[in-house]
Amino acid sequence: MSGIKLLSKEAYQGIDKEIAKYPADRKSSAVMAALAIAQNELGWVSESVVEDVAAYLEMRAIAVWEVATFYGMYNLDKPGRFKLAICTNLPCALQGANKTADQLKALFGINFNETASDGSVTLKEAECMGACGDAPVVIINDREMRGKVSVEDVAGLVEEFKTR
Amino acid sequence: MITLEINGKAVEVDSGSTVMDAANKLGIHVPHFCYHKKLSIAANCRMCLVEVEKAPKPLPACATPAAQDMKVHTLSEQAKTAQKGVMEFLLINHPLDCPICDQGGECQLQDLAVGYGGSGSRFKGSKRTVSTKELGPLVSAAEMSRCIHCTRCVRFGQEIAGVMELGMTGRGEHSEIMSFVGSTVDSELSGNMIDVCPVGALTSKPFRYAARTWELARRKTISPHDALGSNLTAQIKGDTVIRVVPHENTEINECWISDRDRFAYEGLNATDRLLSPMIKVDGRWGEVDWASALDHIKTKLASPTIKPERIGALATPQATTEEFYLFQKLIRALGSENIDYRLRQADCEVSFKAPWLGMRISDVEKLDRILVIGSNIRKEQPLLAHRIRQATKINHGLLAFINPINSESLVPTAKDYLIAPSRVTGLLLQVVKAVCLSLGRPVANVLADLSVESDAEQIAEMLVTGEQKLILLGSFSLHHPDRSKIEQISHLLGGLVDAKVGLLSDGPNSLGAESTNVLPGPNGLNAIEMTDAPLDAYFLLHAEMGADSCVPSAAIEVMKSAQLVVAMSAFKDEVAEYATVMLPISPFSETAGTFINMEGAVQSFGPVAPTKGLSRPGWRLLAALGKLFGFSTFEYESIEAVRGGLKACLDDLPRRLQSQPNISNKVPISVSAEPLLIERLSDVPMYSVDSIVRRAPALQLTKDALSNYVWLGSELAQELDVVNDDVVRVEQQGNSFELPARIDPNLVRAVVRIPMNSHASRVLGGVGGSVHVVKLQSRGAIA
Repeated sequence: MSGIKLLSKEAYQGIDKEIAKYPADRKSSAVMAALAIAQNELGWVSESVVEDVAAYLEMRAIAVWEVATFYGMYNLDKPGRFKLAICTNLPCALQGANKTADQLKALFGINFNETASDGSVTLKEAECMGACGDAPVVIINDREMRGKVSVEDVAGLVEEFKTR
Repeated sequence: MITLEINGKAVEVDSGSTVMDAANKLGIHVPHFCYHKKLSIAANCRMCLVEVEKAPKPLPACATPAAQDMKVHTLSEQAKTAQKGVMEFLLINHPLDCPICDQGGECQLQDLAVGYGGSGSRFKGSKRTVSTKELGPLVSAAEMSRCIHCTRCVRFGQEIAGVMELGMTGRGEHSEIMSFVGSTVDSELSGNMIDVCPVGALTSKPFRYAARTWELARRKTISPHDALGSNLTAQIKGDTVIRVVPHENTEINECWISDRDRFAYEGLNATDRLLSPMIKVDGRWGEVDWASALDHIKTKLASPTIKPERIGALATPQATTEEFYLFQKLIRALGSENIDYRLRQADCEVSFKAPWLGMRISDVEKLDRILVIGSNIRKEQPLLAHRIRQATKINHGLLAFINPINSESLVPTAKDYLIAPSRVTGLLLQVVKAVCLSLGRPVANVLADLSVESDAEQIAEMLVTGEQKLILLGSFSLHHPDRSKIEQISHLLGGLVDAKVGLLSDGPNSLGAESTNVLPGPNGLNAIEMTDAPLDAYFLLHAEMGADSCVPSAAIEVMKSAQLVVAMSAFKDEVAEYATVMLPISPFSETAGTFINMEGAVQSFGPVAPTKGLSRPGWRLLAALGKLFGFSTFEYESIEAVRGGLKACLDDLPRRLQSQPNISNKVPISVSAEPLLIERLSDVPMYSVDSIVRRAPALQLTKDALSNYVWLGSELAQELDVVNDDVVRVEQQGNSFELPARIDPNLVRAVVRIPMNSHASRVLGGVGGSVHVVKLQSRGAIA
């Protein structure tokens, strides 16, 4: 239902900042940024978040849903605590991204687009992040980039997640 | 102007036109799916690729601007190869299920596949499947695998219906047309999505699998459900109308029709059709032949206990002009002036002007100032709402509503002045004063002490500027207990700011009734007065008093105590309660007739289906009754003869429409009116307007058809601690009724909405007025 605010005050302030970048009658231009802010706060874009963002931007929910489903980087399902997006484009693949990915899959017993049974990790296949010099590249929770993640580094990552 | 050449033929088009426009002008067909003349350009199907000389590759005709000296070839080798290539791609994922597809035979993809498709497919993979979508009782989306993603339905929703209910989600091969998770398509124009869909993805739920297109006879007719007078094509299988689609008329309905016009035909085949004359003897109904039924009426009327001046005659605006003409002629020949058609008008005292739009329907798009007073316009006149939306979109017109209900998403820039019905006259008087002050005109004495609120100032500011203006009174105003005051002030205001005043009358043919004078004569009683105290006899034409009258229980009560009640009706269930004789007459589909729409357009139509059972066209029955009573002027052997008789009425119509409203001191205007605490709004839900619509099952399943609830605004609901489906008691002047509540966030706080034809309204009696609402039990308590 519209009127139920699902995000924090800071998040709505962030959305207001995005809205201010566009003409007053073009609030809907801020939809991508608003969804990103919502995802950053809640970890994913649920149907109720879509309704909330739609109400806030005075859009129809289906119009927001079109955007949310079009772009692969919006999580439409609740991800694990750590969402690992590993680039599998050519430069990363040449540097062994697929081997790193296989190691991650084996360790957590999951495939791409799946979440480990303990809810710790979700594995995603990503496109080029423009950091090919550091291939293979992994992004943690959309924000934190790790370069040159070889098969050997995977065990360290797992240890790190246990302590975080 | 630009001159270009298509297939060697020169053509001149306006600058800004596309190659497709130029081809259409020449009558050259370019195959297409996503292009639609009334929708924005998407250019996503690529079927209209054509060769343009000096262009490196084929270009889509629908999205390529025409340029001076352009040379276009639509049938060249390059164009054909491109079109065939596109078709091959479209058919990769399209299922080969034409034999079981409802669209088969009238499918653009099927037709074009014959011309451009290969005989076999080179694609050996599996076709993608798309899950079924549930979009509500009218539009079926059971076979979405057939969708070719032209997005016509999405663009229709955004641009014409004004509410985006469908969207294309996902990307590339994963694209799907759907509504937002689980919601239905509730637009009052949703049926047009079926028409614009070029394949069998969106189909008509009520019509599905009922017939093949080549089995159907097609006959043109006019919509009998609202005063727009949409042009329709009725499609008939055997003797039965089984589908209704639009017949294009750019002046009236363009290529659209409302769902009410499209799906109401189901009511024509209702199980309670009256198929034989019937007489009630000792409380039991018996079928009789026509001669006995008419003799029975003659005998009854001859009895000294029925006095001619105590005969009442009530018709609904559903009747044809021919029926109206003969009806009033018959009743007047019998010696009564108690004739009326305004069954829903609580205030019939004074009329200022014939109830019409005040202008041409197509000119509404050219308006730059529109003030709507008391109308849920989207539900009341769906296609007029579309024209108003165009006025704000194309012409950047300003739109304001004075309404008890928020106009929702009709136009985002529209101003809603939410106000309870009892305060409307007060606000309008303030607007009059504000306009006078702004124009430097003298302010009438009676308004001298009136303080002008900022709302009124804003409305006045809007009205004093601009060129083309319209003040539109909707059904909330026309059914308002103070209708004549609202109408008078509106005419006054219209005169001050040079605005046309339009009235959205009930039914398809209020103007037909006005022009044939189906109105009380000197000393005659009007509709309300006829139901105040019982008369000796009543004649009802199409009228179902329980649902068509604004005072249903009083009306039924007086009918029950009359000695003779002759119901001329197409349906029996309702009138059987209080009539003594039922005479089966044809609905619009089985008779010739004429409707005069809200702009004064006189539209005649013929029968589209044969009469059912012993029923006869109303005009034949009325002529026969006249002859039976021995009146010499009832020799009408054909509909043309009737039309000849009423020609003088129609010839006088333009003069009546153009005449100035007579507003000289008719109604005493008083400024002081104590605002009521909580008042009742008796509206007529859009799918309850007439006897046919009320019997259409698919329409009755929509959300707009709900009637046995009381709707509260969010604020009032919170105060009373009421949530959806809680039972509340509504009390008014000693009467009370208990019914479940619904919350409508668009409703103003001081108003509860109880539909005019609901049980609650019958018990409470009257229209509007102050009510008291108490919460009785929570939803949980019932379960």
